[in-house]
Amino acid sequence: MSTPTAPVAVPALALEDEPAEVRRGALQRLVRDPQAVITGLIILTFVVLGLLANVIPQHGPNEARFEAINLPIGSPDYPLGGDYAGRDILARLLHSINTAMVSGLIGASIALVVGTTLGLVGGYFNRFRTPVEWGATILQTFPGMLLLIVLMPLTGGDFRWTMAIFGFLLTPGIYRIVRNQTVGVSRELYVDAARVSGVTDMRILGRHILSVVRGPVIVATTFLFGSAIGVQSGLAYLGVGSKEIPSFGAMISDGFRNIYIAPGQYIWPAVALGVLNGAFVLFGNALRDTFEGSQPKAEKITATAVADDFEAETADGTGALLEVRDLGIAYRSPSGELNEVVRGVSLTVRMGETLGLVGESGSGKTQTAFGVLGVLPTEAVVTRGSVVLAGRQILGAPQAELNKLRGSEIAYIPQEPMSNLDPVYTIGSQLVEGIRVSTGLSKAKAKERALELLERVGIPDPQRTFRSYPHEISGGMAQRVLIAGAVAPKPKLLIADEPTTALDVTVQADILDLLRDLQAEMGMGIVLVTHNFGVVADSCTSLAVMQGGEVVETGATIDVFAQPQHPYTSMLLGSILDEDTIRDDSAMVLVADGKDPR
Amino acid sequence: MTAPLLRAQGLKVAYPVKGFRKPPVEIVHGVDFEIGAGETLGIVGESGSGKTTIGRAILGLAPISGGTVEYDGRDITALSARERRALSREIQVVFQDPYSSLNPSLTIGATLAEPLIVQGWDKAKATRRVLDLLDHVGLPKNAAARLPREFSGGQRQRVAIARALAPGPRLIVCDEPVSALDLSTQATVMDLFIDIQRETGVAYLFVSHDLAVVRHISHRVGVVYRGEIVEQGPTRQVTKDPEHPYTQRLLLAAPIADPTAQQQRRADRARLRAVQAEQDLQATGVPA
Amino acid sequence: MLLFALRRVAFGLVLFVIVSFTTMFLLSFSFDSIIGSKLGSAANVDSIAAMKADLGLDRSVPVLYAEWFRGVLHGDLGASFFTGEPVTEALPSRLAVTLSVVGPAMIISALIALFLGVLAATRGGWVDKTAQGMMLTGYLVPNLLIAIVLVVVFAVNLGWFPATGFTSFAEDPAEWARSITLPVITMAFGGAASMANQVRGTMIDELRKDYVRTLRTRGVSARAIVIRHALRNSAGPALTVFGLTFITLFGSALFIEQVFALPGFGTYSFNVALQGDFPVLMGLTAFGVGLTIGVNLLIDLANGWLNPKARQY
Repeated sequence: MSTPTAPVAVPALALEDEPAEVRRGALQRLVRDPQAVITGLIILTFVVLGLLANVIPQHGPNEARFEAINLPIGSPDYPLGGDYAGRDILARLLHSINTAMVSGLIGASIALVVGTTLGLVGGYFNRFRTPVEWGATILQTFPGMLLLIVLMPLTGGDFRWTMAIFGFLLTPGIYRIVRNQTVGVSRELYVDAARVSGVTDMRILGRHILSVVRGPVIVATTFLFGSAIGVQSGLAYLGVGSKEIPSFGAMISDGFRNIYIAPGQYIWPAVALGVLNGAFVLFGNALRDTFEGSQPKAEKITATAVADDFEAETADGTGALLEVRDLGIAYRSPSGELNEVVRGVSLTVRMGETLGLVGESGSGKTQTAFGVLGVLPTEAVVTRGSVVLAGRQILGAPQAELNKLRGSEIAYIPQEPMSNLDPVYTIGSQLVEGIRVSTGLSKAKAKERALELLERVGIPDPQRTFRSYPHEISGGMAQRVLIAGAVAPKPKLLIADEPTTALDVTVQADILDLLRDLQAEMGMGIVLVTHNFGVVADSCTSLAVMQGGEVVETGATIDVFAQPQHPYTSMLLGSILDEDTIRDDSAMVLVADGKDPR
Repeated sequence: MTAPLLRAQGLKVAYPVKGFRKPPVEIVHGVDFEIGAGETLGIVGESGSGKTTIGRAILGLAPISGGTVEYDGRDITALSARERRALSREIQVVFQDPYSSLNPSLTIGATLAEPLIVQGWDKAKATRRVLDLLDHVGLPKNAAARLPREFSGGQRQRVAIARALAPGPRLIVCDEPVSALDLSTQATVMDLFIDIQRETGVAYLFVSHDLAVVRHISHRVGVVYRGEIVEQGPTRQVTKDPEHPYTQRLLLAAPIADPTAQQQRRADRARLRAVQAEQDLQATGVPA
Repeated sequence: MLLFALRRVAFGLVLFVIVSFTTMFLLSFSFDSIIGSKLGSAANVDSIAAMKADLGLDRSVPVLYAEWFRGVLHGDLGASFFTGEPVTEALPSRLAVTLSVVGPAMIISALIALFLGVLAATRGGWVDKTAQGMMLTGYLVPNLLIAIVLVVVFAVNLGWFPATGFTSFAEDPAEWARSITLPVITMAFGGAASMANQVRGTMIDELRKDYVRTLRTRGVSARAIVIRHALRNSAGPALTVFGLTFITLFGSALFIEQVFALPGFGTYSFNVALQGDFPVLMGLTAFGVGLTIGVNLLIDLANGWLNPKARQY
């Protein structure tokens, strides 16, 4: 997908201090995000209140006084009242914050340190991959919450020990994130390039891999911090651990048991726990948006959106099969305005003719093809123009109408054969589904037709391919299957988007031959999107050259190759490495001692 | 001719297979080739033929399971990590994908300086060298402070070339370095490769699937098919008048960007196919 | 496929041994304090040593483990130190209570997750925003708080449901339904949130794949694409998350049963742990580890069956 993105201005920098720059960028974005700022401030407030736990209240957290039992809110010296045992609720609340924070720190930092180390080692060094993976699986098999309770005789319920164990239980989560990221980055060519440049493994890990892993790990740690607090509160609620340690859970439990006498007591710790936990989750969410970009948007399957002022031009009968006039396609930028990537494209295709739609990457040729098919991504908007297929305006037509046309008049062959087949269904069932949608044939008849088609597109053993799953056949075979699916309803117009680009050159020649034969047989018009002038010369009767979203030249193939009118076309044709350019200067050998003096 | 810069003899590459006691899968089945100083050897083949793996084996990125590789008269088949790092001054690489071959979070300057800094250059000297390199590959000096995302594919590939040139190597393995580029960019980057070779006398192992590209840049060409080099020789001979049936098929399958000539080629190809099918039939007794 | 299944089972057994052994090893450090609490005021160095020998706890951990594991293989987990009740009899009755809460909670939250996830992934606009808001709320609020709010509002103030206690299904189905309603809602809340988010994510990933575009160009309806293709392809990842959520629900049952005073295995575990009843604790461990391994095994097998690529092995 080629949604154009505006280049981002980046300040000039010295050679070495990059990671600081990226971090600064992320921080700047974070500071501008109100969700991050507000939740961050809430967390900070809690930390400060916790630090002042011995300063603000008049009493210690475990100081029980008979006269303070169930004191109401606002009593002198007891701003939040006293609990069932006559202890200062405010003092206990503030000390509970410290318990929660220490719990989070212990749990999250153990998971962070152990998980990140294991993930880097297991992800980068092949020889450690299996043992580390085993270790993580074992940790994951411990029955989490139950283990914390089963081990109570050992920990004595001390929340610090419990949280340390919990930290180990959380380790596999961090490990998997780091390992997956590390494996991904290790496959990047820049890591190979660094190895070839003599960079040591340690430096690669620190400089190239850690910088990628860092973001997701910080996000995950934030969530773990919150869940450690939640678990500690839960355990304390159950009564795990010393009664001396004030914590939200224990306070909620105390207040809850006291609910019929002093109904408000459980509310303070419950609200504090809820707000703190919520702040961590929302802060983590904000961090994720900053580091990983915002969450993916929903994907609607409907007809392409049209601009507000769009009105399809009335169809005029020129008798051509496909008549595209002044087509405009735009994407909405983050700030809301529309950026046109296809700007007023006009094309004509007649029956039995092949139009080559040629251009370099980003020229808008694929977007034009998708626009004609009506399968642009959700974010795209049609801004202007008209697409008339066999005398009917199809731009802006409703989904149901388009679906009928697609089954019968217009078909599509994609670029990448493998990813265009559903991996979980057999070739046969996918072909049958398409045939039944377009023709309404019975299952048996559709199967017969599918086998015929497989044979027609040159598949050696149609029965076997029919039963195969996509991963069991080669790319060339998959492309033949997709062609079979496309021509099944005998369409009038076939749109092929770089149908041979992903294939080897010998397979490409066969596929082009097949398309030519099918066209001769069925008389359909073809739009062949390609960047390869050899393919155009081989298969197209006419061509349209695109540059920057516009068609700069159209004409019969023979004419354009012989006498290009537009300078861009001439430049492209001039860049082709022709068959007669053969390197024939002899190898350059510099002076005997060889090396470049620099 | 003097001793070659690089000589591979019976080179085999096999990858271990996941799972207990499964035999490794051999991708390259013993290939021989030589590259002289300042020479370009083109390696052409289709996907899965093992052409990329040959390049990676020379770089120490793929496990060599048989044969020997000699560089400058010295056996480099099995090097320790330290020796391999030392060799990075001599042998460098340019990869296919200019998007994933540059770390998106490092400035161009930092990327170019890294190979120099790990070799102990001081910062001022490295900075001067980086600016020289940028100039050499036709990029503006202020590129050093910018990030890869601000550059087009062709410009990124120039950066990758500059990175390969940084330590002043005598051999660069080029793995499909122009395949991901647009037509017009492709031509200029190819010219850059040739210019650099003329200026510095560096040798290339140039891997590509595109016969036209290989023809344009190579002094000699090797054709790889299913893990073996089936034909090897001077460019003109291999790409104009090939002997091996596979090379013949490869040559005639590539369409010419000329409608009339291509029509002729299509006919030639159909004829060759008929002939080869008949030969297969005679050789094996069963229809292909 | 059979070989694949056998390998997974063997793998699970090894894991079971490692994890249960480690747990026993850790518990062995607290034998003295366990016996001390059993003896109460009569505890001194000699009486502890005598009791230890009596219970066989003076042997080394590998020996103890071998004996315990032999018992597991024969379906014998020993008997409680305190009540003498065999562990294999004590656990099932408690588990039945827990399952009658976790089961409905799992089913309800899985259905909600599927509905919400698919809706959010395919509708966009305010539907997606609302669904995402609901998911976030599920994450945001700790289970404990949900339980308490539900009890306060619906049991204490409105009196619609019993605040605490459990009626078995056999006794009175209507009363059973009333007694589990609040705990089930509590559990389903958090479970549905995380599963729905996962379903939404994988559905969006699927719907952006190339084959969806190709299906559209064949005239296949949006409904068929979503249900027959995208949902079917999301089944693997979704099932994995569903399985993990099921295990997590058992963990949260530990808290929730306590809040609602349900006599399930959570409440039981807690009491047993307070006493340090070693054989029962090991029995609980065996159950917990077995559950985790069993669910993961089922997920693996189901994924193998769902994914044609994995099916060959």
